[in-house]
Amino acid sequence: MIPSISQPASFRWTYRAYILLFYIFLVAPLVVVATFAFNDSLFPSLPWNGFTLDWFTSSDSQRMGVFHDSAMLESVGVSAFIAFFVTSLSIFVATTNAFLFERYDFRFKEFLYMLMLLPLVIPGVILGISILISSNSMANYMDEAFNLEVEFLRPGLVLVILGQFAFITTIATMVIGARLRKMDRSLEEAAYNLGASKTAVLRTITLPYLRPAMLGAGIVAFLMSFENFNTTLMLTSSDSPLTITMFDRLREGSTPELNAVSLLLMIVSGCLALLSVFAQKKEEV
Amino acid sequence: MNTPKSLFFWLLLTPFVLWLLLLVIIPHFDMLGIALREQIAPRQYAFSFKNFSEFFTEPLYWRTFMRTAVMSILATALTLLIAFPVSYYIAKMLRGRPKSFLFLLCLLPFWVSELVRTYGWMILLRETGVISNALQWLGLVSGPVELLYNDAAIMIGLVYTSMLFMVVPLVTVLESLSDDIIEASYDLGASMWTTMRQIVIPHAMPGIVSGCIIVFMMSLGNYLTPNLLGGKDSLWFTEQIYTQFITRFNWELGSAFGILLLVLSSIIVWLGLKLSKQTLTSTMT
Repeated sequence: MIPSISQPASFRWTYRAYILLFYIFLVAPLVVVATFAFNDSLFPSLPWNGFTLDWFTSSDSQRMGVFHDSAMLESVGVSAFIAFFVTSLSIFVATTNAFLFERYDFRFKEFLYMLMLLPLVIPGVILGISILISSNSMANYMDEAFNLEVEFLRPGLVLVILGQFAFITTIATMVIGARLRKMDRSLEEAAYNLGASKTAVLRTITLPYLRPAMLGAGIVAFLMSFENFNTTLMLTSSDSPLTITMFDRLREGSTPELNAVSLLLMIVSGCLALLSVFAQKKEEV
Repeated sequence: MNTPKSLFFWLLLTPFVLWLLLLVIIPHFDMLGIALREQIAPRQYAFSFKNFSEFFTEPLYWRTFMRTAVMSILATALTLLIAFPVSYYIAKMLRGRPKSFLFLLCLLPFWVSELVRTYGWMILLRETGVISNALQWLGLVSGPVELLYNDAAIMIGLVYTSMLFMVVPLVTVLESLSDDIIEASYDLGASMWTTMRQIVIPHAMPGIVSGCIIVFMMSLGNYLTPNLLGGKDSLWFTEQIYTQFITRFNWELGSAFGILLLVLSSIIVWLGLKLSKQTLTSTMT
């Protein structure tokens, strides 16, 4: 079952047909979403009524296009705002985590590393409700003890950012940690021998070496935040990010405008995905 | 490795501890606390197991729970069955450019939001959708068929959503199996199935286990797929948690459900790791 061992032709062709079917299965949903963004009909379904760009550009209230739908555009802004903060926070903490676990030996290191991985195995809905409970009881406590209403501890943007930050940091730590593990320590030692200070080595040797991994992890973090649904659902309030807005529209009954948004989303995330693949390629050099 | 007494070490430890403690550990203990209390008067709570006993006495709750567990296990098994031949093809049958192309093609759909992918399946499966129309056009059915809002639709969605998390570990582990060993097995007279059973699958076991664990957790914690593809009767446990928290505002019962879901996933993951003699850390990295 490797190319050097011959197999009957019938087996080879069945295998190939299976692989082909698998890839059809993989791309079919994405292809239909993209295609129906251009259907000149009020519903994202057959029959095909001809090609139109209305679902992108129309300003008619009956068939609102994405670029004129202020609620949709606003939620894109909210998502970008959240993703920006989640990315910055998680890359910072992930970098310090990577140094902590790759460069130091301390008691309970194995145990703490396992705890670090925990957010990956906690379902997003549960991570969301646990943070909701915690912040709510903190807010209630502040209210009762000091008569202070702490607005940011109630569902809203800050909680969404914290909730996503909680699990995205783990993923970013794994990416950056893997890069740091591969680093040749003699580069740093050479710099020390030449009289460089600790901060100078960090700034001129170690961080530049980590940059591709930080960039790659940053792209992944941004996308994961932008597309997150489960954790966000439990923590959001009136300023809803894009995925929540799309979900609400989907339940009301969708127009092909949703396909248009999805297509734009696919193009952007596809480009970012390719960018991160190239960032990793560069890393291997 | 540095000795853990320097100032730098403590500076690195601080963000890690703050992140893990405030956003992961404390919230989960808070959730446990709320799950184990009962309101006895306005703003008066007492320790009680009432929420857990309510779960066991109300058939709807534990049936939903069992159903979620069984369907998640089934989805995991199906994902493994579908993904294994594909991963083997990518890892062992292809070389060079076609290989990296097919592997990338496998990954790209998963950079797209889960919401968009699920929406794609809705367009394919609904009564006025693509598959229903194709079947009518082929003359296989006489009228529109509704393929959405049943368990099979949920299953397709779950398998589709978690495919990547099975393919990546499988391809990685299969690539590390040398062709020579497979050839040797054939030279010694083994058939294709014997080679599979005695050489390839034992070698791939670490990848199979880590893939299965991740897919199982993702299915168990999934909210979007059952909700959108399963319709009103999807009866998924995360939906039950959402209902208790957001619709009924019964946080005590919702927290108890959250704890039960965490316990269930921990037990199954622990069993998987024990049976395959692996650790969580080795599975995740």
